[in-house]
Amino acid sequence: MLERFVSRVIGGVAMLALCASTRAQTSLPQQSTVEKTHRAAPTLRRDLSGIWAPEDTMEGISPRGVKSHAPFTALGADIANNVFKPGDGPRKVPIGLVNDPLDSCDPAGFPRNLLFELRPFQVVQTPNKVLMLYQYQQVWRVIWTDGRELPKDPDPRWYGYSVGKWADDSTFVVETVGMDERTWLDNAGDPHSSDMRVEERYHRVDRDTLELTVKIDDPKIYTEPWLARDKLRLKLLPDNTEIMEMICAPSEAEQYKKTMAAPLSK
Amino acid sequence: MRNKLLGVFVALVCSLAISIPLPAHHGTAGYDMEKELVMKGTVTEWLWANPHCFLKYDTTNDSGAVEHWAAEVSNPIDMTKRGWTKHTLNVGDQVTVTVRPAKNGAPVGQLLKVVLPNGQTLIGWNPAVR
Repeated sequence: MLERFVSRVIGGVAMLALCASTRAQTSLPQQSTVEKTHRAAPTLRRDLSGIWAPEDTMEGISPRGVKSHAPFTALGADIANNVFKPGDGPRKVPIGLVNDPLDSCDPAGFPRNLLFELRPFQVVQTPNKVLMLYQYQQVWRVIWTDGRELPKDPDPRWYGYSVGKWADDSTFVVETVGMDERTWLDNAGDPHSSDMRVEERYHRVDRDTLELTVKIDDPKIYTEPWLARDKLRLKLLPDNTEIMEMICAPSEAEQYKKTMAAPLSK
Repeated sequence: MRNKLLGVFVALVCSLAISIPLPAHHGTAGYDMEKELVMKGTVTEWLWANPHCFLKYDTTNDSGAVEHWAAEVSNPIDMTKRGWTKHTLNVGDQVTVTVRPAKNGAPVGQLLKVVLPNGQTLIGWNPAVR
C-alpha cells in the first residue's frame, strides 16, 4: 500500500518536471497553440464576446413586465396609475386605450430593452468600449471601459450613458445614467425618472453561460433599489448565429392599429 | 349560425388559456379566450410585419353576405420558427382559419391555425415555439 503511494507520488513529480521542461524548451509553439485554442473557445477571463440569448426565451420576452418591484413613491404611483396605460401586466387596459410608446415604434430605450423582448444580442469588446448589439429594434449600446466617469448632469438619451468595469475576472459591471423618462421600464408600464441609475452585472458562470442582474435605483419613483432581473441566465450561441432583423416600422404599426386594434376598441 | 362555419364555438380550458403568455405589447383583454371560430375564407392580404403579422380574409355568412375578417399572429421572427414565411399565404387562397374572436363581436381575432390549400396546417399562436 505504502509502496504504491510512494510510486504514484514519484510518478506525479516526474510528470510535472517533464511538463515544465517541455514548456521552457518550446515556448513559442506553446503560445501559438494557446492562441488557436483561444479563438476556438473564448477564455473566461474578462471576456463577454459572443452572441448571447436568454436560456428561457419567455423569460427574455417578459410580456407581462417585471416579476416584482419595490413600492412606488407617490409620484411613481401617480404615473403608473394615471398616465401610463399598458396593454399587459397588472394595470393593463383594453387595447384601444393603450399608450405604450412602442405601439408607435418609439424606442424601447434602456433598460426596457433588457426587461422586454430581450432576444439574441452580440457583445463586441474593443480596447476602450464594449458594444452590445440587440436584435429587438436593431439598436446598439456603447459602454465605455476607458475609465471615464459618468456625466454629472447628462442630457437624457433613449439608451442612457454607460460606463463599465470588471469587478473581477468573470464579472462585468455597467453603470448607466441619463435615461429619457418617456420610456417605460417594462411591458407593464412601470415608470422611471431621468434620475434613475441602473446597474447591470454580467457574471460569466462558465464558457457558455452568463448571469444578468439588473438593479434599478430611482428614489423619485421607487422607495428603494430593486432587482429587475435577478441572475437571468444567458446562453452562448454559435458565433455564426444570424441576429435577425426585428424592426418596428411606423407604417406597419399604423396598419396594424387600423386593422386590428381599432376594431377591438369599439 | 353562419353556414360557412365548420365547427363553431368550442369551449377551451380557461386555466390553460390564461396560463399562456402572449408576446405582444398588449395582452388578451380584447379576445374571448373561451371561444374558437372555424371558418372557410379567401385570403385578401397577408401582412408580414412587426409588431404582428396578420391575415385579412373574406368569408360568407349564413345570409350570403361577405364579411371582411382580420386575424393576428406573432412577429416575423417567431412565425419563421413556426414554419411560416412571407409567402405562406397569397391573395385568393382558399383557406380554413381557426381564430379566437374579439369579445365585442368585431370581425377580428387571434389566428390559432390555418389550413392551406395544399392541406398543410400551420399553427399561429404557439408561445412554445420562438
